[in-house]
Amino acid sequence: MPEPFSKVTSRVIAIPRANIDTDQLCPARFLKITDKAGLADALFFDWRFTPDGARREPVSFIDEPHNQGRQIFLVGDNFGSGSSREHAPWALRAWGVRAIIATSFADIFKGNALKNALIPIVVSPERYASLTAALAADPDAQWTVDLETQTVTLPGGKGAPETFDFEIDPFSRTMILAGTDEIGYVLSRLPVIEAWEATHPARVETREGAPAR
Amino acid sequence: MMAERPRTLVEKIWDDHVTASDPGAPAILAIDLHLVHEVTSPQAFTGLRARGAKVRKPGQTVATADHSIPTTDPSIPIADELARKQLAQIEENCREFGIPFYGKGSVSRGIVHVIGPELGLTQPGMTIVCGDSHTATHGAFGALAFGIGTSEIEMVLATQTLLQRKPKTFRVQIDGRLQPGVGAKDIILALIARIGVGGGTGHVFEFTGDAIRALSMEERMTVCNMSIEGGARAGLIAPDETTFAYLKGRPHAPKGAAWDTAVAAWRKLPTDEGATYDQTIVIDGDKLEPMVTYGINPGQGISVTGRIPGPADVAPADREEVERALAYMGLEAGKSIAGQKLDVVFIGSCTNGRIEDMRAAASVLRDHHVAAGLRVLVVPGSQQVKKQAESEGLDAVFKAAGAEWRESGCSMCIAMNGDQLEPGQYGISTSNRNFQGRQGKGGRTFLASPLTAAASAITGVVTDPRTVATSTPAVEAH
Repeated sequence: MPEPFSKVTSRVIAIPRANIDTDQLCPARFLKITDKAGLADALFFDWRFTPDGARREPVSFIDEPHNQGRQIFLVGDNFGSGSSREHAPWALRAWGVRAIIATSFADIFKGNALKNALIPIVVSPERYASLTAALAADPDAQWTVDLETQTVTLPGGKGAPETFDFEIDPFSRTMILAGTDEIGYVLSRLPVIEAWEATHPARVETREGAPAR
Repeated sequence: MMAERPRTLVEKIWDDHVTASDPGAPAILAIDLHLVHEVTSPQAFTGLRARGAKVRKPGQTVATADHSIPTTDPSIPIADELARKQLAQIEENCREFGIPFYGKGSVSRGIVHVIGPELGLTQPGMTIVCGDSHTATHGAFGALAFGIGTSEIEMVLATQTLLQRKPKTFRVQIDGRLQPGVGAKDIILALIARIGVGGGTGHVFEFTGDAIRALSMEERMTVCNMSIEGGARAGLIAPDETTFAYLKGRPHAPKGAAWDTAVAAWRKLPTDEGATYDQTIVIDGDKLEPMVTYGINPGQGISVTGRIPGPADVAPADREEVERALAYMGLEAGKSIAGQKLDVVFIGSCTNGRIEDMRAAASVLRDHHVAAGLRVLVVPGSQQVKKQAESEGLDAVFKAAGAEWRESGCSMCIAMNGDQLEPGQYGISTSNRNFQGRQGKGGRTFLASPLTAAASAITGVVTDPRTVATSTPAVEAH
């Protein structure tokens, strides 16, 4: 069952690349697992290791000591494109990421992220540019992502914190804040679904003619 | 009675499947068919067990093993322990939860997006989901079909519904008539090159126009399959006589009077005159050429007669990615894409692993031999495709040409089963993704059509299929 989540304060990692696909986030050979264990090591694996398995020289940003423990990513456009594998948000969460800021996210990734209380924050290209500049000016600043108030707060250049609002699906927000299980919600609506099904017969019966075991 | 508001195909299917819509909440959308495979489902079944739930509608669920399964002789035990465990797990999960399973040894086994249509399970007007982004394939039948994550798989197993917000619509109109040597794969690669890999985000494509209408069902599946590579979760084509002719007589297609009733309902699905889309793009099909990707995302595609672009040739926002693409691919800007050296050719996948794809490739390879030192894998999309190809003698054509003829599966498209590129190798592939490492660690992929891949197999370099003589009319215009 999910844990409630409302706020994270952390230093930030910038990955200024567009179209980072889920094969980069979690290469396919890590999909042979039947549980969710060990995925922190799979994150960006091929960016971190050579095909022979040696750590790349210089080490990937993801392995730099000063980046360890950072929970917010600032990334390029169309993050999480490609494969529907939920192993991608699992790997991000396992590594420690709680919020990702981008100009856009791929649809399936965004849905998967929300189901894992990994907060996708969409900003305008102008905002993305100003955030990138702010991070370059103060790479170790602590940013706060607050789901309750739907705000991101930066320390700001002249001592005064700088805050901006973000949009998020209100239903997902409620579910994440409360740690509510979506399946539980739908099962609570079962009478309505059953009433609908009573007038909409199933269109196929997959068990007909299927191989016997 | 007031005239109804004109609706698109997608809106009609959507409206037909909303079971409940609570204020502020997403719609609870009924799912007609849930396709399951071994890679993305295990944790969903674990979740079901943890909550003590059953699969609510096992008769609307079907499973197969395709991603991790070897394409070698099925009598050889699976060497990869993790793959073996995963394949045993799906079988066990299906047994425990009563889900029909087309596993190793089944004559109907194959890539999930190939067998759904083959079995007649995929039908117009349905909602179809699978833990696989290429579920968009089934949109070729005028079904709303899209990929989902593992949490959503668990949702569908437990409830036979999904929480969904209504998608926006994006009409992709392909006018005119395709030229000889140009096919369905070139349409979709050209679209993605134009709109980019995020161009369809938040939308569902509806493919329309004369060039689409002229396509066979299998070609339509190729187009819809790669909707996700253009950022759209789904891509649909309105059902027509081509659709009905393909479906009639398939094992799960309606029979007798039920067939007539179904067809009458399907005829009402096409978008109404006057319905509006959130976005539209019109492409001249007459002007399309065979396409090849040069980069590390499927939007980095050019005509096979084109030159590899450099950072200066693209929009500022794309420069960094083009630089990264050329570095990874080891290609030089300004050089022709045709003539680039190859190590491997892969013909197969849910994009291009159907019988017409096998026929197209064989038409090029017949009476030819693959280039010296080149490895060519031909992997049928299902055991049924394999059987059909063998009955037509296509396997003999491939073997005589020096290609490998293998068992069905996802194979080198996702490189989970041992079929893969070695680091640094160049492959031309009829699959759907050229992401870094997708076809094997350090492997470098050119995406193309079966005709282009087969022509390239003969020469050992990226080759325009229109320059190679073929033995059958497969490269002639539609």
